[in-house]
Amino acid sequence: MSGPALLSIEDVVVELPTPRGNLRAVDHVDLSMAAGQALGIVGESGCGKTMLSRAILQLLPKKARLSGRVMFDGQDLVRLNPEALRKLRARGIAVVFQDPMTSLNPVLTIGTQLVETLQEHLGLDAVAARRRSAELLAAVGIPAPEQRLDQYPHQLSGGMRQRVVIAIALCCEPKLLIADEPTTALDVTIQAQILDLLAREQRRRHMAMILITHDLGVVAGRTDEVAVMYAGRVVERAPTRNLFKHMQMPYTAALLAAIPKLDAAPHTPLAAIPGRPPDPTRPLKGCSFAPRCRHVGEQCLREKPALTPADNQGHCYACFHPLEFAAGVSA
Amino acid sequence: MATLELELAEEIVASPARRTRRLGMLFWAAIGWTVFVVAVAILAPVLPLPSPTDMDMLERRAPISALHWLGTDALGRDELARVAYGARISLTVGLFAPVIGLTIGGALGMLAGYFRGRFESFVVGSMDVLLAFPPLILALAVTAYLGQSVLNLTCILGVLGIPAFMRVARASTLTLARREFVIAAEALGATHARILIRELLPNVALPLLAFFLLGVAVTIVVEGALSFLGLGVPPPISSWGSMIGEGRESLEVAPMLAFVPAIAMFLTVLSFNLVGDTLRALTDPRQGAL
Amino acid sequence: MLGFVARKLLHLLPVLLAVSLLTFLIASLLPGDLAYVILGDQATPDKVAALRHDMGLDQPIWWRYLGWLVQVLQGDFGRSFRTGQTVLQAVAERLPVSFELMLLAELGALLIGIPLAIACAVRAGSPFDRLVTGSAFGMLSVPAFLSAILLIYFFAVELRWLPATGYVPFSEDPLGNLRCFVLPALTLALGEWPVLMRVLRSDMIATLQEDYIAMARAKGLKPSRILLVHALKPSSLTLVTVTGINIGRLMGGTVIVESIFALPGIGRLLLSSIYTRDLIILQGVVLCVASGYVLINFIVDMLYAVLDPRIRHGHA
Repeated sequence: MSGPALLSIEDVVVELPTPRGNLRAVDHVDLSMAAGQALGIVGESGCGKTMLSRAILQLLPKKARLSGRVMFDGQDLVRLNPEALRKLRARGIAVVFQDPMTSLNPVLTIGTQLVETLQEHLGLDAVAARRRSAELLAAVGIPAPEQRLDQYPHQLSGGMRQRVVIAIALCCEPKLLIADEPTTALDVTIQAQILDLLAREQRRRHMAMILITHDLGVVAGRTDEVAVMYAGRVVERAPTRNLFKHMQMPYTAALLAAIPKLDAAPHTPLAAIPGRPPDPTRPLKGCSFAPRCRHVGEQCLREKPALTPADNQGHCYACFHPLEFAAGVSA
Repeated sequence: MATLELELAEEIVASPARRTRRLGMLFWAAIGWTVFVVAVAILAPVLPLPSPTDMDMLERRAPISALHWLGTDALGRDELARVAYGARISLTVGLFAPVIGLTIGGALGMLAGYFRGRFESFVVGSMDVLLAFPPLILALAVTAYLGQSVLNLTCILGVLGIPAFMRVARASTLTLARREFVIAAEALGATHARILIRELLPNVALPLLAFFLLGVAVTIVVEGALSFLGLGVPPPISSWGSMIGEGRESLEVAPMLAFVPAIAMFLTVLSFNLVGDTLRALTDPRQGAL
Repeated sequence: MLGFVARKLLHLLPVLLAVSLLTFLIASLLPGDLAYVILGDQATPDKVAALRHDMGLDQPIWWRYLGWLVQVLQGDFGRSFRTGQTVLQAVAERLPVSFELMLLAELGALLIGIPLAIACAVRAGSPFDRLVTGSAFGMLSVPAFLSAILLIYFFAVELRWLPATGYVPFSEDPLGNLRCFVLPALTLALGEWPVLMRVLRSDMIATLQEDYIAMARAKGLKPSRILLVHALKPSSLTLVTVTGINIGRLMGGTVIVESIFALPGIGRLLLSSIYTRDLIILQGVVLCVASGYVLINFIVDMLYAVLDPRIRHGHA
């Protein structure tokens, strides 16, 4: 980790009360990242990565209970008053949601949705805001930006819409951008474009970015560090290259193996991970991955493994039977 | 997928069962009042009430007393008895008029939804024209031509209700006619009549019943409004509406004369609305109750 | 956009035609009566037959309908045999009063309903929300004439703040005019706000759960802006439709209120034409009102397209 932490998540727990019991979506997570760093958070559906992002954004559902600290730029967001929190948005933390179809307001023009953010946080007048909006649209690769400003979201393609969302997120030069599965709802052909756009902007603006995804392939080459989550916990964390070269947690290895490979023979069965994630309302006593792990042992069923460092380069894992995976998959 | 996570979490959190349970007590109170009012209406002649038409000129607009439990009206007639007998009229019109709408409209709707094609277009089109008229004005206009009587009133209000029942029946039939059990019956060689009566009717009946109850509430109100203006039931027959109209004259002196039938009408309409709405929520949760 | 408008207009015409036919048929139910009524106690069989012939009442019905329709299209709706006024004159005199009443009533309903709906949507499920929603349901069971009686009793009889009846034209005394409309408009508004509130509340609750609202929050916009611009606009579709339908329905509802509060509007014209058996006026007024109703629904359809651009462009 280089430099002081911009964002520091300390022992965060997010619980949702349900008729079936307490749902623990995030289970004692610690994470930190420095300014200008790109962090990837990888995990299956239901592992808690979205809840974690909402916890950082302080946009949790009403019934959710959060404990722990979320330190951003020296302030604890959890205890910040609503007005100060509101001012922090867009300039401090910005977000790109998964589905551009639903994250843009269908009855407001693109221009309005950009201009209002600029006017709210940067105090620009209408003319300047409109000019800036056109510049932003051009910067994210949208042709004919002036015309787009007066169009409505349904008049743009999915990829274009997500570019607009990214433009909105970047418009106030945020210190941290959270991209929550930004390409999952898009065509495969466009996914790479959008991800590259994000990575490019992140590097250019020296902006911190959290890239949340279920696909390990996405974070390779676009992030500095990766955290793997399972059942509400971080089970492995490492600088990206190290993760791919020396993964320790069997779950991470399984995730990687599950990615279909272009050079595999035809009809090679997908190495899907058998079983399902545990019911979040009934947490297991031991390691949450134990029921599905090939290397499961006696201790795994009794105790929850804590995050232990593998080396002094910031690689940690939570496993009693780590692999020494030196397969050398290039990142 | 991430939003799905959030949605799933929130779905588990929401609890939809509370609503129906909360209506439970109100629902039964509504049923209770309805039964009570209908019973009073039917049994009025045999109840130990003074005659509603006996005028006691010495006791006009009298307050509550042992002799007259709710006082007397402007002509010295016992108010309690009048309310009870008024219930007979209001409920007769209120219950029988929607029956006309239910039978004719319901039948038309089912046939339209089942046979589709030009017949359906014709039925829907004519109902649209009927609906283009503000109902009160149509009722007033027709009463003007046909004259006032309880029978005429019931028929007119009944006819006015036909489009609405048609719509409900048609909507239900349209969704049901595509289902497997209908196609299966067809494949087994069932006649149209059999399908309509044995397969579709039982399923359409519940939404129609819910709508019928709401229709009763509306009819009581419309009849009340017409009678209030003196254009509904012909005097000397009096329903709650005409009582309220008469009570209006005495607002300054004896407001109870207007308020007592008003409260009776309000409670009855509210009860029918509650029961009808609850049934509708059961059959079509999309539209929802309160 | 023009194609959309043209298509809607095309649907409008057959309905208007059918409305005119139905009106005429109702009016022609008992043609004999009309001659009798006009002659009154001077009616003898000869005079009746002569008058019937004069008025063309002995022609076949479809012929009379066409004749009437042609007259109507030329602007001649007929003439009252009581007052000598043409139908159009009588309607033109009374229309502004009814309009004022309808508009004020709908305005009142919106002023009550919209804030309550927003407040309830934001606090969905809370005791406040349940109280307001319950009251809305209860209000739906209180017909206009009941509210009128209650309001008159409290404000006119007991408190003596407002007049119970009467009308002053706006041109004469604007303030007095508005005072005369407070109770009548409030009566109608009390009956209308529950539907508006319910519709807007349920739409807003659904809208507030949409991703784009979470996005608006994430952008750090002011809560008031999120509510009033981001949430209200997409939720107002059903509200506009219902408001439009209501205004149409109100045309019938004004009859009672105008009668109770003695306002010289269309409703009262209709009533008096019934009391005096002035059937030509009756026929003309019914046609006007029904046509107005159809036209208002047409305007509502137009407004729909303005509010939701997706409909304009043929989507959604």
